[in-house]
Amino acid sequence: MDERRFRKRTLFLILYLVFAILPVYWMVNMSFKPNTEIVSTFSLWPKHFTLDHYHTIFTDVSWYSGYINSMIYVAMNTVISLLVALPAAYAFSRYSFLGDKHVFFWLLTNRMTPPAVFLLPFFQLYTTLGLMDTHIAVAMAHLVFNVPLAVWILEGFMSGVPREIDETAYIDGYSFPRFFTTIFIPLIKSGVGVAAFFCFMFSWVELLMARTLTSVNAKPIVAVMTRTVSASGMDWGVLAAAGVLTIVPGAIVIWFVRHYIAKGFAMGRV
Amino acid sequence: MKPVNQKAWFLILPVVICVAFSAILPLMTVVNYSLQDIISPDRRVFVGTEWFKSVMRDDDLQGALIRQITFSLTVLIVQIPLGIALALSMPAKGWQASAVLVLVAISLLIPWNVVGTIWQIYGRTDIGLLGASLSAMGFDYSYTGNATDAWLTVLVMDVWHWTPLVALLCYAGLRAIPDAYYQAAQIDGASKLAVFRYIQLPKLRGVLMIAVLLRFMDSFMIYTEPFVLTGGGPGNATTFLSQYLTQKAVGQFDLGPAAAFSLIYFLIILLLCFILYNWMQRVGTSDKEVSNG
Repeated sequence: MDERRFRKRTLFLILYLVFAILPVYWMVNMSFKPNTEIVSTFSLWPKHFTLDHYHTIFTDVSWYSGYINSMIYVAMNTVISLLVALPAAYAFSRYSFLGDKHVFFWLLTNRMTPPAVFLLPFFQLYTTLGLMDTHIAVAMAHLVFNVPLAVWILEGFMSGVPREIDETAYIDGYSFPRFFTTIFIPLIKSGVGVAAFFCFMFSWVELLMARTLTSVNAKPIVAVMTRTVSASGMDWGVLAAAGVLTIVPGAIVIWFVRHYIAKGFAMGRV
Repeated sequence: MKPVNQKAWFLILPVVICVAFSAILPLMTVVNYSLQDIISPDRRVFVGTEWFKSVMRDDDLQGALIRQITFSLTVLIVQIPLGIALALSMPAKGWQASAVLVLVAISLLIPWNVVGTIWQIYGRTDIGLLGASLSAMGFDYSYTGNATDAWLTVLVMDVWHWTPLVALLCYAGLRAIPDAYYQAAQIDGASKLAVFRYIQLPKLRGVLMIAVLLRFMDSFMIYTEPFVLTGGGPGNATTFLSQYLTQKAVGQFDLGPAAAFSLIYFLIILLLCFILYNWMQRVGTSDKEVSNG
């Protein structure tokens, strides 16, 4: 009985993974084909294998600096988001205070603004501050949607931790900062892992704000990519190669946080 | 009950400052635009609620809104159960767990314009795997010519792109359930279904709330992927709200009406999310009472 159940689950998982991987495979496949082959023939693997597209990206400074710029502001954004969100999520999960529910919901409403019209005031605000075309400008703009997300995710995980743990620690003479960093955060590792990954991911793929706030020095890879659409038609191969390369940093990030996500609660130790 | 402690405000102050800095001023600026007729940067006329009235009477907008709500609800109905099922079937330990995590997360990491482009090729019947397979099976599939095909392609693309978000949240939520709960269930001789219904599902409430709200608001603002894939067509079958808004704001340079539209759009999302949020909280608490009683 259990055996059959196990097989059913595995079968479902494999089917989903196939569904998930095929479009990605098609992108990888495209990235090794010359452009003429991409638009003219259907082939399951590259017939005229080429590394030209990757060569373009790694030798053209405007391409590879896009990756570096993106990584800089995404890293800044993820670190700031988590640092401010952790104490706030603790406050929301443990105490009631004036306006707590309203502030909590208000935070999330900042993710609900359709970007098209809001880009112009963003542009004006950051121009006035003299922050245009800097990494910190993009990192700060992305806080608008990442901080609320991090607070909500972390609050969900923190609420699952029984309050007796806090009380016991305080009775044992732990100060708040020490309790928070040495006991509490390890308890919600999986939440921190997921929140870090989501902050990374949403900042990494965001296009409209990042493009509006940068021009040369901090231009992110997502904005560089839009260049492949030109008067001479679409440069499909380079776009696919760039797409393949955008997956790499995120895959590394999730590889690092996987233990946090997979291990979860270590109640036994407390 | 949580203890009352007004000092907790100090813990949330950094968050409020960070978010308000980039949120309040732009919002007020948009409110400002929405009340004026901006002829040129120096010539503007106060028009009051004129733009709001004209936007509300717009038939195309109402069509786009209905398409949008249908799409977002379908997204929720498909992605939430699929994400939970996926999270339940993902391995919990070992190298398989790590490998599956990375594979599942990949689609989230692709920039949205590339997602659209990939599916544009992937769905073509001459050079794409999906399109070619479908037409080899005898379907008359064309996402550029047939409205239903286009809508379904956008939906499948969104399911492919975003189900991992639900799955990862639920997966982490499942890992956060202490073993003691499962042991207790085992002693009681609970079936798998009962374990899911009375242990896993209630414990997933927090992450599911986030997943539902995120998927709802993000799908409600979907723009880049359908724009690249279908351009809103054929006809206006896949012209969702934000695409209509962008046509107004960028295409026609009507800042006033576009700002009014943005605000109405924002309020619709806010209202629907508020309803969802309260509904899910009520369902959650009545659940608790049942399991306690």
